[in-house]
Amino acid sequence: MTRPRSSVLLVVAVLAAVALIVPHTTSFAILIVTRVLAFSILVMSLDLLLGFTGLASLGQAAYLGVGAYLTAILAARYQIGLGYDFWLVIALGVIGGAALAAVFGLLALRATGVYFLMITLALGQCVWGLAYRWNSLTGGDNGINLPHRPKFGIDLADPVVFFYVVFGFFALSLLIMYTLVRSPFGRSLTGIRERELRMKILGYNTWLHKYLAFVIAGAFGGLSGVLWAHTAGIVSPDNVVLTTSVDALLMAVLGGSGTLVGGVIGAGVVLFIREYLSTLVHWWQYVLGGVYVLVILYLPGGLMSIPERVRQWRAAQSGASGASNFATMGR
Amino acid sequence: MTGNLVRRLWLPPLAAGLLLGVQVAPAAAQQELHIGIIAPVTGIFAQVGADMLNGFKMYLEQTNSNFAGIKVVPIIEDSQGKPDLAVTKAKKLILEDHVQIIVGGVLATEGYALAPVSTAEKTVYISSVTAADDLTQRQLGNYPYFVRTSWTSSQPNHPLGQWACDQGYKKVAAIAADYAFGYESLGGFQKAFEDCGGKIIQKIWPPIGTKDFGPYIPTIKSDADAVYSLMVGPMTLQFPKQLRQSGYTKPIIGGSVSYDEASLPFMGDEVIGDVSAEQYSAALQTPANQTFVKNYRAKYGKVPSYFSESNYTTALMIDDVMKEIGGKWPGSEAFIAKLLALKVDAPRGPVSLDDMRNPIQNIYIKKVEKTKLFGYDKPELWDVVVKTYPNVSQFWTYGKDAFLKQPVYSRDFPPCKYCE
Repeated sequence: MTRPRSSVLLVVAVLAAVALIVPHTTSFAILIVTRVLAFSILVMSLDLLLGFTGLASLGQAAYLGVGAYLTAILAARYQIGLGYDFWLVIALGVIGGAALAAVFGLLALRATGVYFLMITLALGQCVWGLAYRWNSLTGGDNGINLPHRPKFGIDLADPVVFFYVVFGFFALSLLIMYTLVRSPFGRSLTGIRERELRMKILGYNTWLHKYLAFVIAGAFGGLSGVLWAHTAGIVSPDNVVLTTSVDALLMAVLGGSGTLVGGVIGAGVVLFIREYLSTLVHWWQYVLGGVYVLVILYLPGGLMSIPERVRQWRAAQSGASGASNFATMGR
Repeated sequence: MTGNLVRRLWLPPLAAGLLLGVQVAPAAAQQELHIGIIAPVTGIFAQVGADMLNGFKMYLEQTNSNFAGIKVVPIIEDSQGKPDLAVTKAKKLILEDHVQIIVGGVLATEGYALAPVSTAEKTVYISSVTAADDLTQRQLGNYPYFVRTSWTSSQPNHPLGQWACDQGYKKVAAIAADYAFGYESLGGFQKAFEDCGGKIIQKIWPPIGTKDFGPYIPTIKSDADAVYSLMVGPMTLQFPKQLRQSGYTKPIIGGSVSYDEASLPFMGDEVIGDVSAEQYSAALQTPANQTFVKNYRAKYGKVPSYFSESNYTTALMIDDVMKEIGGKWPGSEAFIAKLLALKVDAPRGPVSLDDMRNPIQNIYIKKVEKTKLFGYDKPELWDVVVKTYPNVSQFWTYGKDAFLKQPVYSRDFPPCKYCE
């Protein structure tokens, strides 16, 4: 982030372009982009932990699951969340995700590194186990169908309207998380990622910082779940299974962790290949695998490190041609 | 700085435009019937998906994709075994490819996910595999555009329960995959078996995907006369092998797909003598089936499974409806009405649909034997038919109204009265 202002401008410009272009594409493209945006909120929430706090969680799908199951159960059983009370369900999803993270955080944050990974994995699987076995509540393996998308003045069943609603939540989430990571609180999270012991010595309550980050990530996970449930209209244990958590982690790494926007790009690339390219060619899995391998081999910083790479390459080129580059290198 | 920014700005919108602007084929022409097929081409159910698609494609090739003058355009989409992706793909098929019919779905959860889409989009959805009982029972009312050409999970298990009782088995221990398909299969078996005087003395629920049955096998009660097993996917190969290796010698009665031809060619000789029940057997000794098996095997190198036959027959039924109507798409409602009135002679035998839109068909009790069939020169494992229950409906002998009064079979229904 050498030049934050131009980066922000760029992101805003791309978002504006997406908001303007997407509604004029095909209905399938709108649906896919909507899914990408909804899932991106989960990936960004994970990036808050992975990229900014240094906590690799393998159980992030649990919070998506809470939001999604909450939405589905309320809608299918009590008809709640299909009108203006959609906003209530959004709030409940956020609170539910945060509450679950508040409980899981107490357990998971006792560990670090690979042990943290394993505990979050186990906790995530507990949620999956509940979704899979608690038939009377969750419908077991069959899952729950949502009756229809909410309707209040505007009808979310319209793909374009739903796209704009999800887009709004996405942009808001991005804004909040961006503000968060650039706040003093966010800076101290980065400090913890870099060297927790030093932060402790400096007098920071590092556990509390990590705990808060964990709960905030859970809240956004819950929000993502509410929106995700409405994209396909079905919630099943497949949404909370380990591979969904792994997907989120891979997307964050693929795009470039510690950048927030990287997670969005990662989600976009993976979901585009898996859901769009798979309708065109049958060898999409090779493309997906190839992208993973190439990024890990040549772009350890993820796709977001491409501009930096190009800049370095240019600097090396102009350096070779004899020009002095001290100024740019100093930045 | 500004120039740099401009240079950096043009790329992403261009990329976005490229990604999103890709338009898929134009709307259906008049003389084409677009059929969307949703099957798992990748993932752990890929073998099943291949069997499904091969069955459907074989019928299209035999008819040159010409259904009463209309050209059939199949559009295959990969659900990857995920329900929400199945929905996404179904919407793509309906909104962009303008398909008139959607066929497919494997898992119960895909069926439950796709049926509401068919209602919302007023598009015919034919389930050629998905067996979840309630789709054609207590929930059918929600899905006016849904028809099933395959079976309900419990349908072959009712006759199997009767058959086990007729063999003189008094007590049976059951082990079944822990999800709706397992509950409904075992539920049907238990209901018929206990109504006839048998006793299910134990229910064991290994999770779906279990490969090591070591923790479960020793708990099987020794006073059981036989074991009922309901396995899916890779579990079908592991369970009989491990049970026999443990020294168990009593009969195994398998529910439906436990010994289906999707897995049978990959099994060892230890399964010889095991019994199962299904609406299809590749070893069925009818001229129609013999031709079907030989053609299929010559083409795809494998004996057809029920997954293949079911999709072949689905294509056949669509063709028959089109012939009757005279080669013009009549609209969803009229198509379904004609389909429901249809009677076909499929490789599996005579098939017609009941008023709850599920097939009435023969159920075959099958015993695995190593034998030579249809002139193939090597002895192989075949599901040889030992008894046929003709024209079995999803309600067995209970009658529709009485049957629908009871809840859908679940882990707790019917209750295990004789479990200790």
